[in-house]
Amino acid sequence: MEKLPRWADVILVPLICLVIAFVFCGILIAAIGQSPVQAIWIMIEGSFGSTTGLGYTLYYATNFIFTGLAVSIAFQASLFNIGGEGQATLGGLGVALACLLVPWPHWSLALVGSIAAGALFGAAWALLPAWLQAKRGSHIVITTMMFNFIAYALMNYVLVNLLRPLGSMDPASARFPVAVNLPKLGEILGLVGIPFSTKNPANISFLIAIALAVGVWALMWHTRLGYALRAFGKQEKAALYAGIDPVRITIYAMMLSGGISGLMAVNAVQGAAHRLVLNSVEGAGFIGIAVALMGRNHPFGIVVASILFGFLYEGGSQLAMGTTIPREVITVLQALVILFTGALPYMVQKPLEKLFALRARKAVGGAK
Amino acid sequence: MATDTFGGRQATAAPYAIELKGISKSFGPVQANRDINIAVPRGTIHGIIGENGAGKSTLMSILYGFYKADAGEVFVGGHLTVIPDSQSAIRAGIGMVFQHFKLVQNFTVLENVILGAEDGPLLKSSLTRARAELEALSREYDLDVHPDAVIEDLSVGHQQRVEILKALYRCADILILDEPTGVLTPEEADHLFRILRGLRDQGKTVILITHKLREIMETTDNVSVMRRGTMVGTVRTTETSPEALAELMVGRKVLLEVEKRPCTPGREILRVEGLTVRTDGVVRLKGVSLTIRAGEILGIAGVAGNGQSELLEALGGIAQATGQITMNGVELPLKGHKANGQTRRAAGIAHVPEDRQSLGLIMDFAAWENVGFGYHNAPEYQKNALFMDNAALKADTAKKMATFDVRPPIPTLSAKSFSGGNQQKIVVAREIERNPDLLLIGQPTRGVDIGAIEFIHKQIVALRDAGKAVLLVSVELDEIMSLSDRILVMFDGKIMGERDPATTNERELGLLMAGMVGSDSTAKEA
Repeated sequence: MEKLPRWADVILVPLICLVIAFVFCGILIAAIGQSPVQAIWIMIEGSFGSTTGLGYTLYYATNFIFTGLAVSIAFQASLFNIGGEGQATLGGLGVALACLLVPWPHWSLALVGSIAAGALFGAAWALLPAWLQAKRGSHIVITTMMFNFIAYALMNYVLVNLLRPLGSMDPASARFPVAVNLPKLGEILGLVGIPFSTKNPANISFLIAIALAVGVWALMWHTRLGYALRAFGKQEKAALYAGIDPVRITIYAMMLSGGISGLMAVNAVQGAAHRLVLNSVEGAGFIGIAVALMGRNHPFGIVVASILFGFLYEGGSQLAMGTTIPREVITVLQALVILFTGALPYMVQKPLEKLFALRARKAVGGAK
Repeated sequence: MATDTFGGRQATAAPYAIELKGISKSFGPVQANRDINIAVPRGTIHGIIGENGAGKSTLMSILYGFYKADAGEVFVGGHLTVIPDSQSAIRAGIGMVFQHFKLVQNFTVLENVILGAEDGPLLKSSLTRARAELEALSREYDLDVHPDAVIEDLSVGHQQRVEILKALYRCADILILDEPTGVLTPEEADHLFRILRGLRDQGKTVILITHKLREIMETTDNVSVMRRGTMVGTVRTTETSPEALAELMVGRKVLLEVEKRPCTPGREILRVEGLTVRTDGVVRLKGVSLTIRAGEILGIAGVAGNGQSELLEALGGIAQATGQITMNGVELPLKGHKANGQTRRAAGIAHVPEDRQSLGLIMDFAAWENVGFGYHNAPEYQKNALFMDNAALKADTAKKMATFDVRPPIPTLSAKSFSGGNQQKIVVAREIERNPDLLLIGQPTRGVDIGAIEFIHKQIVALRDAGKAVLLVSVELDEIMSLSDRILVMFDGKIMGERDPATTNERELGLLMAGMVGSDSTAKEA
């Protein structure tokens, strides 16, 4: 019955979940004979201590903002799109084709082209599962997951047989022309006088991701489409009463979701790798699910959660480099964070609700 | 029947089966029960009546062990009893029949009855013992339930009796029924009351929670009235009147009869011909034809589940249908994606759906978002081509809430935090304020308190007096009879006949509702 105050629900619950995850991981690190305090310090120092480290953190975060927003839009329409991985892979293909086939005179034009191509390819990859769900009732979880595998296989074929430069042994495309290289975050910040390292892959895509988060927020809560999407997600049958077409909404939501997933490639492929490699997404599509869960499907929450996961990624690799702690421990830590913030917040919510109710009762009692 | 437990449980000297002293319960800042005192004499039928949110259900939930009271004592049979959970309630001899039955649909009656009361891990002995007892109970109280019948094959009335059997099998001698007649035909309700009187005559105590004054007057020995969490009085039923009870409940004088002028029907607004709805391969609506004219209320009577919902859904653009509907002379699509709520609204049809919680409102949305529900494309709620004007929608919501006296008048509160009556007012306000040519309204007062019923009825009549057409679907015969200008009775997806509310009576309608065409049947509508 009793509800948590909003700030507790939004900030306190994830924070407690996070602390629990770290405590568990600390126990694990202690068990293999290392110092958990030192490990945490290395992670924080490595990912936030220098602008180079921070750049890496933000680069990873950018990927997760895109995939997290993508998952959240589908979530709002109660569609569980776990095909972010495949959609981002296809987005990568779109971005690579845009960069390779068109002789762009300037990076800004190339950016417009690659955004369009990435979004289009990602959206197209989500279209068929959406159509199958809307028209045939094939469950979106199953179809999007299968589409991930199809995307891997397709990418393999395209890279090996079509995009691989002659004589190369590497299943990857040729390097993009230098003209399409995106400005680094350090360069942009340098323009406004903020010193920031350029020895990291963070680029203008981070700003695009932030702008997109604002855009998604406006779409969800200030447009008819967002309204219809959320209504459909809450009560499908009621949406029918209001005249919201379930087929159309399902397809719109999934194409938006897939398109935003595809945009991830602007950061990873065009902004950092400068060529298309076989596994350009590197699991970011799945991390997007955790990010969306932790961010409570709210764009601003997703940005915060993405930066946290960026920290876990970058801090994790620092840990692997700077200590004898095996890399697997980082994977365990990431898994624990996903488990506690994504799957088990209820465990924290219930006792917290009781605690708050107790406090409220005391306050009432004291006032009497 | 285990009369030994019944006789042996309490001292026979105690005059009260249940006595509650000073019960209080609050949920956060809301005090649902405040210092409630009530004494229910053994072997009586005791009515508890009150508006929605008056605290009836909370009180009964405390008695049944769902909630723990903040303060107060419960005496069962004269003994102070602590009831921390429903198992203890059952052990204390309290049985409860909920509004929504808790039966396993694909189990037999017998299996449902022993569920949770098995003797041991093997079912055989329980089943044989239960069968004998069930048959005895069924005979004793005229329950007419076959132990081997599967629940999903039973009528709603029979399912309810299975719930009663479950309680009796667990040796309940105090039986609580929460709004038991909401889903029953008049006939089934009468049978239920016969059963309840039988139980009372055998020495059982029955507590009947309802909002229907007529049932209280006909069935109970005493009646307690609750208002806003407090007990405002307990009286002998023979010494009170429906008007007096209504006044106690609401705290002011209430008009129980709907005041309306004679009907002056104008031009034809809606013509329906051969309307047929098929869902999951079953024909639910079988070629219904009807017309509604401006300035009249057409009432559709019938037991729930006889095609009325499908009629509303087909007209409202929710269900796909075949046949023909003509609105203001223009034919409307019945099939395909053009048949939807948006095109219906554009044609001047407003729809207050039967189930406001699953259709009419998005429960997690704020009130202001719900006021835009279905009208979210309306030009007055748009800032420009891209963005909605949330501020305008909120302002409009505040205005509608004031006109329709929605409480609390806070547009940002989510729909689920309003009481049933206020939720319904939000839906009715949204639909009626559009000034539609035709209002489809299903179960306008289901789960709505008396004060709000009066208000909603007035609004419906006002719309009709303004020369609009109203199609009213309700399972409450009283409501149909008092509001309608013409009555159609539906049974099994067909219209059984038309009656004039001035000349017909409940019995005649009841027979039509059961599918029996009376000897004096007028021309069958088809």
